[in-house]
Amino acid sequence: MIAKIYATIAVFITGSLLIYGVSDFPRFGDARSPANAGVEGGAGSISEYYITKSYADTKVPNIVTSVLADYRSYDTMFETVVIFVAGMSIFAILRTFRSGAPLVENFRKDDSFIDGDHQRIIVGTTCRLAVPVVQLFALYVIAHGHHSPGGGFQGGVLLGASYIILALADDLAAALRRLSEARYLMLAAVGIAIYSGLGFLCMLLGQNFLDYGVLEAVFRTDGPEMARSHSMLGVEIGVAATVMAIMFAIYANLASKGTLKKAL
Amino acid sequence: MILSFDIILLVFLVVAAIISLSVKDLLSASMIFGIYSFLICLLWADMGAVDVAFTEAAVGAGVSALFLIATVYNTKRSSSD
Amino acid sequence: MDNFFQESIAPHFNFWVYVVIMMIGLWAVIAKNNLIKKLIGLSIFQSAIILLYVSLGVKDGAAIPILPHHEEHADAAAPDAGQAAPAPDAVPVSESHRGADHADYAVDPATIVNPLPHVLMLTAIVVGVATLGVALALAQRIFAEFGSLEENELLIQLKAEPTDE
Repeated sequence: MIAKIYATIAVFITGSLLIYGVSDFPRFGDARSPANAGVEGGAGSISEYYITKSYADTKVPNIVTSVLADYRSYDTMFETVVIFVAGMSIFAILRTFRSGAPLVENFRKDDSFIDGDHQRIIVGTTCRLAVPVVQLFALYVIAHGHHSPGGGFQGGVLLGASYIILALADDLAAALRRLSEARYLMLAAVGIAIYSGLGFLCMLLGQNFLDYGVLEAVFRTDGPEMARSHSMLGVEIGVAATVMAIMFAIYANLASKGTLKKAL
Repeated sequence: MILSFDIILLVFLVVAAIISLSVKDLLSASMIFGIYSFLICLLWADMGAVDVAFTEAAVGAGVSALFLIATVYNTKRSSSD
Repeated sequence: MDNFFQESIAPHFNFWVYVVIMMIGLWAVIAKNNLIKKLIGLSIFQSAIILLYVSLGVKDGAAIPILPHHEEHADAAAPDAGQAAPAPDAVPVSESHRGADHADYAVDPATIVNPLPHVLMLTAIVVGVATLGVALALAQRIFAEFGSLEENELLIQLKAEPTDE
């Protein structure tokens, strides 16, 4: 009870200070705010450079993808590494190899999720019909990240979700038969290897790390712009592989309490 | 950037956040958290941030709520407050 | 009345609501007893911050940050300059894309939403879900070890344990 009183006081003080600070922001939707257009006589805004020049530099119409995978590709690489490390830490926290832990009994006393097997028929059939469609859509999202909203992350999450749907339809064992533990761990590492491998390839050819323009000799394109476009696709594939493996890994470990035997 | 749509969405958002934290049943709290994520996705689509809305729809309303439900399944379903 | 609304409330109304949502999440992290409720409050706080960042880049009447393709090219049919996208006195990028349907004109930055917050917040969302996964794994281990997810019961059990060297 005392925690609630302290919390309310603290929240009121912080909230009023924040509201006072936020009232000094530029108007919502202002096109001439310093974040959008730069300051007169001072620094320009980098987003204006991205909007006007990114198509000429990289031939990719989706500005967000080109900034994410080319201009700021270093951040994206480490974001992928963070996801990988999170998957590894869940593996380290939860995974047990002895399955003798008893089921949690007081959950069953409250009420149960599943009333009997007759409910699995509808859910199971629908999920099994949906999985190929979801996977096809996920591959489309990865491949068309340059021209429509999408890219590596969204496609990777959709692919991982398709395996989770498979696990929800039948059983975790059915999904693990298709994507076993050794395989998804390897897939996660391969994704990061693709990403940093492309970066190192640029370094081996003489330029900076992740400076894709120099790869025009490897991809045999005419001009560094298309080389950047192709390497962006390669990098997105790496990201999608890691994200897919880790999303499924997190679900498998969380739902089965680390044993990978019995789940939702 | 339709102002009335924005205001309705924001009101629903605040209501969903408050309810998600007040129900005692943790399964319902996870579901309402999924509703909250979906409303935020709509808000971003209205603001023109289509990539962010796509990611939030896939990650927030899908996978994140599912992780919460999986954890609630393996621990207790009711909470004291 | 309408003028008052336009002048003093509408410019910052969105930001005030974001601050309210942030404070709801923060209150839940401090005051709630159950660990899962604390995690839900943390996620609400995170998404409100991401909302704040993305709405810094919004411009009135602007389009999404995906440059449109144009089927009509310079050597296509008669130029309907009135209805095509504005192709002002900008230098075309390259003439060698014969038959290609890519945009080759200069873009006015005021008509396209600022893409930089979107990029940064994409990273933030995905990192947020990864850390939510780790936190939930820790919560499961705490439950397996102590049998409860309520903070007061956990504190009683922790204080009762003998400290080990």
